[in-house]
Amino acid sequence: MLLSLMIFVPLIGMIVVLLLPRESEEMIKRVALVFTLVPLIIAVYLFIDYDRTIAGKQFRHGPVPWIEAFNIQYFVGIDGLSVTLMLLTALLGPICVLASWRNIDKGIKAYMALFLLLETGMLGFFAALDLFLFFVFFELTLLPMYFLIGVWGGPRREYAAIKFFLYTLFGSVLMLVALIAVYLKSGDPGARTFEIPELIRLASDPGHALADSTFQMWVFIGFFIGFAVKVPIFPFHTWLPDAHVEAPTAISVILAGVLLKMGTYGLVRINMDMFPEGMAVFANGDGIVGNSLAILGFVNIVYGSFCALAQTDFKKLVAYSSIGHMGFVILGLAAGNELGITGAILQMFNHGVISAMLFLLVGVLYDRAHHREINGFGGLGSRMPVYTGITTLAFMASLGLPGLSGFIGEAFSLIGAFESFPMLTILSTIGIVVGAAYFLWTLQRVFLGTLNPKYEELPEINGREILTLVPLGILVIVLGIWPHFAIEMFSESVVNLTTKMSGILQAGL
Amino acid sequence: MDSLKNIESLLYFIPEILLVVFAAAVIIFDLIVKDRESDKVAYLALVGLGCSLLAILITNSIIGTDEPRNLFFGMIRLDEFAIFFKILLILATSATILFSLRSEELDVKLKGEYFALLLAVTFGMFLMASSTNLLMIFISLETVSLTSYILAGFLTHSPRSSEAAFKYITYGAVASGTMLFGLSLIFGMTGTGDLAEIGERLPEVLASGEVTALGLLIAITFILAGIGYKIASVPFHMWSPDVYEGAPIPITAFLSVASKAAGFALFLRFFYSGFKAPGILDSVDWGLLLAVVSALTMTVGNLAALPQRNVKRLLAYSSIAHGGYLLMGGVLLTSDGLSAILFYLIVYLFMNLGAFYVVILVANDSGSEMIEGFRGLSSRSPLIASAMMIFLISLTGIPPFAGFFGKFFLFKAVIDIDSGFYWLAFIGLLNSVISLYYYARIIKAMYFESADETESFYSTKSALVLLTVFVIPTIFIGFLNIFYSLSGNIALQ
Repeated sequence: MLLSLMIFVPLIGMIVVLLLPRESEEMIKRVALVFTLVPLIIAVYLFIDYDRTIAGKQFRHGPVPWIEAFNIQYFVGIDGLSVTLMLLTALLGPICVLASWRNIDKGIKAYMALFLLLETGMLGFFAALDLFLFFVFFELTLLPMYFLIGVWGGPRREYAAIKFFLYTLFGSVLMLVALIAVYLKSGDPGARTFEIPELIRLASDPGHALADSTFQMWVFIGFFIGFAVKVPIFPFHTWLPDAHVEAPTAISVILAGVLLKMGTYGLVRINMDMFPEGMAVFANGDGIVGNSLAILGFVNIVYGSFCALAQTDFKKLVAYSSIGHMGFVILGLAAGNELGITGAILQMFNHGVISAMLFLLVGVLYDRAHHREINGFGGLGSRMPVYTGITTLAFMASLGLPGLSGFIGEAFSLIGAFESFPMLTILSTIGIVVGAAYFLWTLQRVFLGTLNPKYEELPEINGREILTLVPLGILVIVLGIWPHFAIEMFSESVVNLTTKMSGILQAGL
Repeated sequence: MDSLKNIESLLYFIPEILLVVFAAAVIIFDLIVKDRESDKVAYLALVGLGCSLLAILITNSIIGTDEPRNLFFGMIRLDEFAIFFKILLILATSATILFSLRSEELDVKLKGEYFALLLAVTFGMFLMASSTNLLMIFISLETVSLTSYILAGFLTHSPRSSEAAFKYITYGAVASGTMLFGLSLIFGMTGTGDLAEIGERLPEVLASGEVTALGLLIAITFILAGIGYKIASVPFHMWSPDVYEGAPIPITAFLSVASKAAGFALFLRFFYSGFKAPGILDSVDWGLLLAVVSALTMTVGNLAALPQRNVKRLLAYSSIAHGGYLLMGGVLLTSDGLSAILFYLIVYLFMNLGAFYVVILVANDSGSEMIEGFRGLSSRSPLIASAMMIFLISLTGIPPFAGFFGKFFLFKAVIDIDSGFYWLAFIGLLNSVISLYYYARIIKAMYFESADETESFYSTKSALVLLTVFVIPTIFIGFLNIFYSLSGNIALQ
């Protein structure tokens, strides 16, 4: 019940916002803030109360029959992975509302309503235990995102919005075919099911149609492309820089912080957990096909990093660095061992926090200078010392400085991947070096050197902005020093996954 | 199964009789009433539809759940399937009449004829949904076609409308001639016009070698020309964009929903009751034929819709594409496919009529049907804009709106285990992605662009109420079990 409450509180908030008069803008913002704070409180409670010693789903609600003709149920529940990502989502909710407080100049009512709808979609996605429900929540995020980019975005917002929409829809229709195929294979007519735990059980039951490795390979591809567009994995990534550049700050934060994680979460929850046989085809380390997942991770890392190095637009740089960092998640998952998967999941959470910080920081600068050209600044360090300090923290975390959270996730992923794909892993470390290069170079160009006379009057970061950054900064430091705080949440689930994967890989050898 | 004689049948034929009576009453009333501006004629037509609906519900309770009746010596059949379509058609016609009242294009002088013709075409469609004899099938099809030609050309002052009627009639004549030839071939092969008997005899004559599979294939292809023309499937779709563009918008809406639904009723009854026996399916593979037609129809419809700037024409192509999606449910000739088509028709009725209604409102305001008229609609009338957005997203097939559930149902029917039609589902889904692009152009105009004019949008309270009638089902049908069981329980023998 609590979980459902958490998912649908933002939806109730949306209705409340829609009922408020358009003129009372302050009221609308406050209501939106309250309705995003409630899920955060629940998320913190769930995080604390979650029983870390068991791998199964907790806080279940359902299954409640929904569409009986297809045995579709409303069924939610969380494990350590979902609760971590839900905490991230719920944390970014109020932060984004605060970040939108002053810089959304038109239609604040529609903006907040769509944002709250988006939050319901994201929270529901991470909690859904019915494959159909999972898909509905996945798609539910599309429409608000399209409008949020298209109406409140930058100059090329229309192009960016429709590109985002078309790419994601393309991915999700492939997913829909795979989803229907899985449903039809799950049993005889009348006994078919969409229930994820049940499907996972059936798929690992030798002799059942779902366990057939050729079938698993095909549905794996269907789901994989759907999630790959979202992550995004090269070559499906081209919507991301456009969307990020045009989106308003808060929406970039959600996009990088949560929406990309929906892709990788789907890969873990569906592709790895439900179709390990399919996964094994692409990650057994045998030939090009057997290395393909790791190769995609590697390409993402190197390609994303080099692209970031070439950018002069601050926001585009952060966007490409996201592509690079998501590559570590793919690499870690491809490794299929405990260290790799733990690293990948950590990296998901850490990247959510760090990239959210980075986009917020870019937004702070943009609100003041009205451009994002890296070479157009210089010497801001003397003018805005607090801002410079926080930015440096975020940069260091993102480039993987030990002691901050980014390091742990990347290191675990790489160490895990080294066992399985040593050569690719060594090559992937290029990404880290390049990452350090572009962040340090940006730091130098924006904050060091002589102050550009145009910006002598630039105001320092204000209290509201600091308020949005501080919780994220604390998480970056805490997770850097004490990663166990997050790892213990999902270690049981990871053990589960790795035993399954290693069982299949050994059987194949 | 016994069939009822003529006089006995009349009892079950009351809904149809009422339509004819009211059509005549509308004409007479129009002669008597002096006030040309008054809407009374239209309300009389609505009363007629209401009475007919009541009569349908009564016949439904008489035949109960599993006791279909064959009327007029087996010419037409009253079963749940027919009743389903009759109710659907009544809803579509009622909506069309209400739309016509709002539309400012129509000539007030011809009101009487207009509404009488709408009742007459509904009568024809009732017959299409219930005919079980080749002869009756042809007659019902012609009744609908002839009245539709006049309705399409109803804007007497508009050359476009006359062109539409002319194109419609030319294509229609060729298509129905071809179909008649196909029907006569079938009659020649089996010696009977009754669909059920055809279904029994065809396997025998095929087995005995009297009829070759090729001959049957040719006959069926000819018949498909007639049916394909009604549902606007490739390659018999060419009339529809011009006709849809030229006809008055309410009639366009009517043709794209009611005419298509009636066409599907005919198609389903024809194939499900006449040509489903294993003996036939073994020798001629309709499945593949229909699958190819379905794939072409949706692809051609969607690709042609992409460059359109006239929203009416755009929706015309989109409705061709939707014909393709619907056909997908029929390729396997399974009961699951039948339910999926019926379910999608319910959803399609609401979302497509709703979209056309918004086009009427915008055309009333801006005087044109071009996409420019939609610019900045979100700020001029947020309610209408959000309603249109819901219809368009639902037509694309994105959750949480009903269109998604309808498509899901269709795709599930076509992917059914080991059918080998994964490719068709795949093409269908890619088409959904394509369709998003042009639907989103309207959304873009409404939400991302600013209005050319600053005047407030002209609409009335009652218009908004009528709009809500379409919005609410478009949002909720997918969530309600009743619609799944409704469409799932209907079977064809």
